[in-house]
Amino acid sequence: MDLFEYQARDLFEAAGVPVLPGIIADAPEEVAEAAEKLGTPVVVVKAQVKVGGRGKAGGVKVAKSPEEAAEVSKNIFGLDIKGHTVRRVMVAAGADIAEEYYFSVLLDRAERRYLAMCSLAGGMDIETIASEHPEQLVRFPIDPLTGLDETAAAAIVEQAGFAEADRAEVARVLVLLGKVYTDNDATLVEVNPLVKTGDGTIIALDGKVSLDNNASFRHDWSALVDNSRTDPLEQKAQELGLNYVKLDGDVGVIGNGAGLVMSTLDVVAQAGSGLPGSPKPANFLDIGGGASAQVMADGLGLILSDQAVKVVFVNVFGGITACSEVAAGIVGALGLLGDQATKPIVVRLDGNAVEEGRHILAEAAHPLVTIVDTMDGAAAKAAELASAAA
Amino acid sequence: MAIWLNSDSLILVQGMTGAEGRKHAQRMLSSGSKVVAGVTPGKGGQSVEFEDGVTVPVFGSVAEAMAATGANVSVVFVPAKFTRGAVIEAVDAGIPLVVCITEGVPVKDTAEFNAYAQQSGTTQLIGPNCPGIISPELSNAGIIPASITGKGPIGLVSKSGTLTYQMMFELGDIGFTTAVGIGGDPIVGTTHIDCLQAFEDDPETELIIMIGEIGGDAEERAAAYITEHITKPVVGYVAGFTAPEGKTMGHAGAIVSGSSGTAEAKKVAMEAAGVRVGRTPSEAAQIARELLAKKA
Repeated sequence: MDLFEYQARDLFEAAGVPVLPGIIADAPEEVAEAAEKLGTPVVVVKAQVKVGGRGKAGGVKVAKSPEEAAEVSKNIFGLDIKGHTVRRVMVAAGADIAEEYYFSVLLDRAERRYLAMCSLAGGMDIETIASEHPEQLVRFPIDPLTGLDETAAAAIVEQAGFAEADRAEVARVLVLLGKVYTDNDATLVEVNPLVKTGDGTIIALDGKVSLDNNASFRHDWSALVDNSRTDPLEQKAQELGLNYVKLDGDVGVIGNGAGLVMSTLDVVAQAGSGLPGSPKPANFLDIGGGASAQVMADGLGLILSDQAVKVVFVNVFGGITACSEVAAGIVGALGLLGDQATKPIVVRLDGNAVEEGRHILAEAAHPLVTIVDTMDGAAAKAAELASAAA
Repeated sequence: MAIWLNSDSLILVQGMTGAEGRKHAQRMLSSGSKVVAGVTPGKGGQSVEFEDGVTVPVFGSVAEAMAATGANVSVVFVPAKFTRGAVIEAVDAGIPLVVCITEGVPVKDTAEFNAYAQQSGTTQLIGPNCPGIISPELSNAGIIPASITGKGPIGLVSKSGTLTYQMMFELGDIGFTTAVGIGGDPIVGTTHIDCLQAFEDDPETELIIMIGEIGGDAEERAAAYITEHITKPVVGYVAGFTAPEGKTMGHAGAIVSGSSGTAEAKKVAMEAAGVRVGRTPSEAAQIARELLAKKA
């Protein structure tokens, strides 16, 4: 889960990382109030979107009075930044920036540990620093068993080339940011820029934090969840406990196991690529291992309720999942829907209890259901039906 | 021969008294695997009854179970919030192989227990969030169905469980030395590279199938490794060509961020390393079939 800047700022503040005061606002009047409350001669109005490049897109503006802040915010609210609409801004106290640095801690999948990155060339994005000033970007491996401790922080500030006088304070802040990373089960903590002000104070001026959803059981993240961009079908799937991602095609896909479902999407897209209307997968839906007839029925119901879906392809290789349960789920869901079910369903079953599964479908002999023996054959059939329905 | 798991493997199941652990311990036993112990803290001295009059003792700790039964493989089914403790306990006991099936483990925990296992120098970790490892007809540590196929000359490594099953099914008449499901999380203990090298060293493995999926750069690194170190034919398959950027497809690790981690990039890297990549699981299976026929 990615956080908004203001949420990252709150985590920083709670961990003792020096930040500037900031107040969120959802309308120009609230922006003026926030600026008034901050009471600093200069405020910065910053769009809250989970995407980079806000500044260039006009999502960050400086104002010298509450009235001006409200005025500039009018051009920020509603702004579309790379597909993200601005609905909220943070009004932050202006900073007297002397120097800008870059710092991040993230998961290093390849090395299976954490990686800290630091540069004196802050302010620009990390890709630019890495390509234009690779020699100025320190990459420092962090052992998960020790974390970003004082020794690591001291080495990082030294390698990055901070002035002697700043090293102790920057290192102190890096250790705190390392704590933000581990204490919150983050997979990314990025501060860009980390600044030194005219009076020598080190401040985290911006923050990007991603949290590991698997760790939600040991944190209270209810206030951080943002459903504003969630598709209604994804919302419904979440309520049903289904692993679903909406895509933009017309062949509904249901399968078991993330890998097999991803593979099914590819096979459907390939089968459809040469056909009129080039049918594509409409979604990813993984019913998981050992799914019951109920889970299958919920999944099928959800997919059939998607207006964009013209055909459904059920592709199951029963490892733990029993094909008989899948078949029973299909028959059950169709029974409940009755005349409302109008879309053809192509089913491919193999593995655990495949004979029983095929038998259940054959017995029911539902006119919408077609059984095809192979994954490739079934994908071709589904694509063909979708193309014909276009 | 097979890699890491064979007929001498004595399996203990951490979490055998739970529903999942019990169900899969039964499946392992039914497929002929030697499940010799269960471990559940606080339940030492109990035992679990399985089909055909088989009784497996439960111990309070991994160390006790190893001392009493000689177990040398642990399969972990404990819930995600207790997984870190369970794996660290197994490493401390010095067990040579830990297969962690549990899904939903926080990546911080995995980073920690993986580093701990590596540091130990004694324990190899497979997983987490994986289907386990099977050497058909010899032993089965995990949840891969043993009935799909038998012994044969193919070595298989995959991030995904069901794609492993699908590929074993496609080549069921030929058979496998060992199939390893390494798991779909951002950090896993055993990598594609570890498996490639083990299959290279295994005299009975004649061909290797590597199944990848979007996210990270493990497949690209494996491709580079193949160029340098692997002489046996490798057939590849990658899932996730149609996955959009920024959306996690079920596996925590299966997410395309920016330009990295795409299926296309992985396919290109694998082909550059001389790996023949199938566009579908069936096509990959067909390529493997042809290569094996040519060798014969």
